[in-house]
Amino acid sequence: MWEYTEKVKDHFLHPRNVGVIEDADGVGEVGSLACGDALTLYFKLDGQGRIAEARFQTFGCASAIASSSALTEMLKGKTLEEAARITNDDIAAFLGELPKEKMHCSVMGQEALHKAIAHYRGEAETPPEGKIVCECFGVTDRAIEASVREHHLTEIADITGYLKAGGGCGKCHGELQRIIDMVRGEAAPPLPRPPRLTNIQKIKLIEETLEREIKPALKQDGGDIQLVDVDGNRVLVNLRGTCASCSAAEVTLKHYVEAKLRELVTPELVVEEVRP
Amino acid sequence: MKPIVYLDNNATTRVAPAVIQAMLPHFSERYGNPSSMHSFGGNLILDVRAARARVAELLGAQPEEILFTSGGTESDYTAIHAAVSSNPDKRHLVTSRVEHPAIKNLFEQYARHGYRVTVVPVDQDGHLDLDAFHRSLTEDTAVVSLMWANNETGVLFPVAELSQATRERGIVFHTDAVQAVGKVPIRLDGTGIDLLSLSGHKLHGPKGIGALYVRKGTKFKPLFVGGHQESGRRAGTENVPGIVGLGQACAQAPAHLADMQDRVRGLRDRLEAEVLRRVPNCLVNGDRQARLPNTTSIAFEYVEGEAILLMMNELGICASSGSACTSGSLEPSHVLRAMGVPFTAAHGSIRFSLSTFTTAAEVDFVVEELPAIIVRLREMSPFWHQAQAARG
Ligand SMILES: Cc1ncc(COP(=O)(O)O)c(C=O)c1O
Repeated sequence: MWEYTEKVKDHFLHPRNVGVIEDADGVGEVGSLACGDALTLYFKLDGQGRIAEARFQTFGCASAIASSSALTEMLKGKTLEEAARITNDDIAAFLGELPKEKMHCSVMGQEALHKAIAHYRGEAETPPEGKIVCECFGVTDRAIEASVREHHLTEIADITGYLKAGGGCGKCHGELQRIIDMVRGEAAPPLPRPPRLTNIQKIKLIEETLEREIKPALKQDGGDIQLVDVDGNRVLVNLRGTCASCSAAEVTLKHYVEAKLRELVTPELVVEEVRP
Repeated sequence: MKPIVYLDNNATTRVAPAVIQAMLPHFSERYGNPSSMHSFGGNLILDVRAARARVAELLGAQPEEILFTSGGTESDYTAIHAAVSSNPDKRHLVTSRVEHPAIKNLFEQYARHGYRVTVVPVDQDGHLDLDAFHRSLTEDTAVVSLMWANNETGVLFPVAELSQATRERGIVFHTDAVQAVGKVPIRLDGTGIDLLSLSGHKLHGPKGIGALYVRKGTKFKPLFVGGHQESGRRAGTENVPGIVGLGQACAQAPAHLADMQDRVRGLRDRLEAEVLRRVPNCLVNGDRQARLPNTTSIAFEYVEGEAILLMMNELGICASSGSACTSGSLEPSHVLRAMGVPFTAAHGSIRFSLSTFTTAAEVDFVVEELPAIIVRLREMSPFWHQAQAARG
């Protein structure tokens, strides 16, 4: 059972402005029977270019009907410029709130509105840009990316709630996750989260990191490093060659060796030198 | 509060008053643990034993063939796990396209783990493709799982007959009979059914209790290991109140069954016939003969199921839908799609499921109120208007 607000229930049970406008100035149709919801939106302008009348026909669930009803109420008296600025969030806000699984119902309202305005202006229908990611509902990567950005979506289920993408066969979930990761990656480059390691894994990884990353770097400066022991998160090492005697040994140890091990193995590590 | 007209008995049923009465002492004074050495607890094993006998009796089985679980889902899981893990050389499983998610998702999990899974199709009436079923059986097949009665359409699979084919080949046969037990007669003796799942809350018992029938001689491995309860086949202190309640529900089931076959079937038929007569452009999903006596799934073209349900909800009418919008998924039910029900109808499918507590007055109320709901929603639907215009 969905938790619908009283306002959603009211607009579902007593929808405003149901019907057709025979001599409409603008008509926008979205959705299909196969998709499970569809909306046809009509509007008529008055002499001053304001929306005098808006009507709808909707096939769909309670929130689809309520969103359509809300949209037609919101449109009345607006100029087309004002109307064009109505977003799906405005529709949801008008209704108090929509369950996030049902946000696509408000998105459908916004799409129908844009189509109806384009129809009035005689603009050709632009085919959706980008490549289709969700084949079940015909949603493109561009549309998904835009929605993830605009609404700060972080989960596949959120995308499905807004755009339906991913709500069918589920084949596109990998691609949806990639888009989420990409958008979030731009916002804040995720730190590589070290996996929780067992002791043996940790020791192996420390050895590998020393061999692969740290030794070659020290050797360039004529130095070397030897792993003596690992005790919990204490890494005991032995510095050799020029490193051992150079006054920067402590600096090397803390600022380079420890930092590198913390980055590549686990952030809790502390490196200590033991003298032979 | 408005009276509730409850026609959603395939989702769950009212707990019968006698079941509640039988359970109550086990929440209060009779709270012991059947495994205890003292008689205060230990004597409760007698109640568990009596309940086991009652479940067995209803199925035509032996008491030692009954294992108590937490419900239909656990019984299904235990059954398939037992069959697969005690036949480790076999890597092929067979099921149908219309199973409950308890089986469907489990088989998908086995497929992801490298098992070969054959999912046998059904025809537009919901009947199993028998040729495909027989062709699917191989030397490598560990288990076949086919439901006795479909939860959405009520359509029955002839599992007793189908199980003969597996018996000949030494393949384990499991049936999810969660919707069948208490609604159609079940006799397991003489069949090739090795494992059968049932759930208490579908036959006027409590929620969270179920049983698995395991035919004597069937190889078994427990899902839960731990204590020695249920002869080591299902560890965990017994849900004594639930078990006693399930036993009572099974004891009453034959009486309910007789009512089902006659009066309830009559009510269902009247509901269906009247709705079809009063509402244009609707049809029944699935075969109307080989079907549970309490279930009808009706598809209303050009309207969406959730909207119908919520309008009925305003009147206190409880039913459920095969539509996507109510389930959180966006595609209509896999059962209706497997039957090839067109999208025009699948999105607007409503399941009414009756019980022995359903009255003629309730059915009449629905028959009176439903047509106006469909008219209202169709008035709003662009497709209804297009269809009308096309018809001229
Ligand atoms: C056919 C079928 N199998 C299994 C189940 C699951 O049973 P339970 O809810 O007891 O886990 C149900 C109930 O929804 C069912 O209808």
